[in-house]
Amino acid sequence: MTALPAVHSSRRLAFSASRRQQRGWRTAIVFAAPALLLFTLFIVLPVLEAGSASFFNWNGLRAPSADKFLGLGNYQQLLTNTTFQRAVGNTLLIIAASLLIQLPLALAMAALLAGRQFGSIAFRMIFFLPFILADVASGLIFRFMFDGDVGVLTQISQLFGFGEVHLLSSKDLAIVAILVVATWKYFGFHMMLYIAGMQGIDRSLYEAAAIDGATAWQRFVHITVPGLATTIRLSVFFAVLGCLQFFDLVVPLTGGGPLNSSHTIVSFLYYFGIARMRIGFGDAVGVTLFIVCVGVALGYRRWVMRND
Amino acid sequence: MRLLVLFVVAGFVLVPLLATAFGGLKTLGELRTNTFGLPEHWMWSNYIDVLSRPQVWQMLGNSLNIAVFTVLLTLAVAAPAAFAFAHLKFFGEQLLFNYLILGLTFPFATAILPLFLKIRDLGLLDTPWGVVLPQVAFGLASSVLLMRNAFRHIPDELVEAALVDGASYTRIFWSIVLPLSLPILSTVAIISFVASWNNYLLPLVVLDTQDKYPWPLGLMQFQSLDSTDWPKVLTYITITIAPAVAMFVLAQRYIVAGLTAGAVKA
Repeated sequence: MTALPAVHSSRRLAFSASRRQQRGWRTAIVFAAPALLLFTLFIVLPVLEAGSASFFNWNGLRAPSADKFLGLGNYQQLLTNTTFQRAVGNTLLIIAASLLIQLPLALAMAALLAGRQFGSIAFRMIFFLPFILADVASGLIFRFMFDGDVGVLTQISQLFGFGEVHLLSSKDLAIVAILVVATWKYFGFHMMLYIAGMQGIDRSLYEAAAIDGATAWQRFVHITVPGLATTIRLSVFFAVLGCLQFFDLVVPLTGGGPLNSSHTIVSFLYYFGIARMRIGFGDAVGVTLFIVCVGVALGYRRWVMRND
Repeated sequence: MRLLVLFVVAGFVLVPLLATAFGGLKTLGELRTNTFGLPEHWMWSNYIDVLSRPQVWQMLGNSLNIAVFTVLLTLAVAAPAAFAFAHLKFFGEQLLFNYLILGLTFPFATAILPLFLKIRDLGLLDTPWGVVLPQVAFGLASSVLLMRNAFRHIPDELVEAALVDGASYTRIFWSIVLPLSLPILSTVAIISFVASWNNYLLPLVVLDTQDKYPWPLGLMQFQSLDSTDWPKVLTYITITIAPAVAMFVLAQRYIVAGLTAGAVKA
């Protein structure tokens, strides 16, 4: 910013104090109104309506009448529903896999690719590529990979003398397949966050450590990881919130099957609420998810990211 | 050692993509016996077959249509709002901004059922606008945030000097702020384009008629009808992800910067 001559700036200050306020308000309303309107109409109101509809037994056709009032009935049904319990368990599993496999992998790759060595850029781009592909396409690609008949996994298994592998039609293993695809798709995104964070670490720390004879591993543990603490907390935040809303990959991979064993919270919402037009019940799922997400977001910001 | 690890991980990422691209060029019989290698006979007829279906072109056209309108409307709505929050002082500024930013933590799925009813009541069910408007609304929080942060780098003194010279806010926005902000505008445009192009849940709920489907719905339907004809399904996948890959290669800097910056600055 260039400093303005003193005379001019004092005149401008006087000007901005008086005219700017009133002129600003009218303009601001005109400028911001469309955004606020769209946001209110398509997001805030629907969320509030989900809140009220979740207390009714409603199919969405006529306005819910008083005799359809269930109170917390939908929520009670939901919490005792074994498929929903399984869906919550699966969602927690996806979160765990994300934190224990995906993020460490992303961190390791970031550490290998943060510098300007030959090929770094190319590898970064390759690892990031799955992130921009549509979930539906990614899901179908892996449906093919895991197909028991023509899939790559089966062929590898047969190469070593084992039989066909039907990963996606196994009640216990279908969710594992989903975890693999989620790792494949999302680790590159977190890697990019870490690489961006590593650019902010003071180079001289590494030079000093190298002079003191620290090994690469020691430098990673004592300089890189602490230096990335803020970024890591942020990436954990996104990973958890993203996993809570995990949906798109489930449809092309398993559709929640076999025997409803691989649902997530949102795929449960879709198949049991929307597809069957049980609006009140579906809204109860949505509101539960909302409370969890907002609770996690606020709690995490309050306690974990308070200094960031 | 470093390179060995990198090549293993790169293999994990690329093998599924390559197997898909090559798989689309094989016969079903060859796919069973030779999943990895290059095709023995390059079955370009799979491509001709898929590409000669008018539905495929229509779906790609629908996706493009929805994505373009989403981008244009996002820019048209988010940029003025971001300007107001960056350079205007007005009563309730902070409150309204925080209200909008709330959208960053709202899970999309929570609102999907009432959103469906709202779109129905507005008569937008089974129309492209029923997909475009909610998409714009859901992208607003991050778009406005990204743009406001960028607009703030334009010095207040510049805006005030223009005011003193008698320019209106509209003129300042149009002739000073926008021309200086092309990088952030393209970043937001690319983010909303990619999000729209890949969106699945919203069109799934809003659109009924097949000839209005965007490609992810069409792909799912194609796969469920022809589930055993893997080579054609793989051809179809390859055709639909090729534009995304091409765009990524061409605009990687903006895409990576945009998608990660959106996260970091939240």
